[in-house]
Amino acid sequence: MLNGDPYDVPGPLTIADLLAHLDIDSRRVAVERNLVVLKRALFETTEVSDGDQIEIVNFVGGG
Amino acid sequence: MDSLTIAGKTFSSRLIVGTGKYSSPSVMVKAHEASGADMVTVAVRRVNISDRSKESLLDYIDASKYFLLPNTAGCYTADDAIRTARLGREAGLSNWVKLEVIGDERTLFPDNEALLEATRVLVREGFVVLPYTSDDPVVCRKLEDAGAAAVMPLGAPIGSGLGIQNLNNIRIIREFARVPMIVDAGVGTASDASLAMELGADGVLMNTAIAGAQDPVTMAEAMKLAVKSGRLAFLAGRIAKKMYATASSPVEGLVGR
Repeated sequence: MLNGDPYDVPGPLTIADLLAHLDIDSRRVAVERNLVVLKRALFETTEVSDGDQIEIVNFVGGG
Repeated sequence: MDSLTIAGKTFSSRLIVGTGKYSSPSVMVKAHEASGADMVTVAVRRVNISDRSKESLLDYIDASKYFLLPNTAGCYTADDAIRTARLGREAGLSNWVKLEVIGDERTLFPDNEALLEATRVLVREGFVVLPYTSDDPVVCRKLEDAGAAAVMPLGAPIGSGLGIQNLNNIRIIREFARVPMIVDAGVGTASDASLAMELGADGVLMNTAIAGAQDPVTMAEAMKLAVKSGRLAFLAGRIAKKMYATASSPVEGLVGR
């Protein structure tokens, strides 16, 4: 699951690969994997597994 | 210089502004400049996966000029607010959070019980917690005891523009609090911001009053001046209110008497 919707990933990949695949600048987002927020330094080494719940968030306008 | 210090960090402006509801990013940028603010709030939301348009809020906010304060707006439980705060910390790389736990959809009034719970958890995790709260002195004291770095009572419901509804509570909260008190939400126009500052507020946080004005850039400047004048009036110490007139000109030496 990616941001609440089912998402098929193209083969085994890391969080960094996933962000690159989605064309998302990793410096601008935060990623949560199975309810645990990932430090940016772990993007390169954290593998995405089948059934993972991934949330990718960024800043938007707000008060 | 008269500056605002929260959790050891000093801001030159006592006005904190939002980044939501602007008609365009360029209007927001100009409004931020006109406001003189050096702290801006942002919301944390899911990246749109299916529509990856290139526009990002951070393209329009100079992080060297503005301190980003992520909020937990839209969260209705302590757990969701805590989760959002943790994500905001990772996205912004600062441990500050404007903590909101909403208890009612129509008024957007805070759920103070959940707010306290979330404050305790996040303070334990090292966050600098700035809770958006009811204008209730007892709740504010509890938040402070829980480790909040400031208390942020509402002046009126979020986005309502009604101005400060309970002047006396705001004064009492200021008197009780040992941390900065920021009036957050409810400001409609410049006099509301001035009034908050005259009551002793350490700062004012607003979004809609500026972003929703016909001319947001001019309103942002008005708010900058209003916060400044209100603060100066507070520092100067106003005269006591009296029932009857006291002449300003001498009563002696009048012609024809």
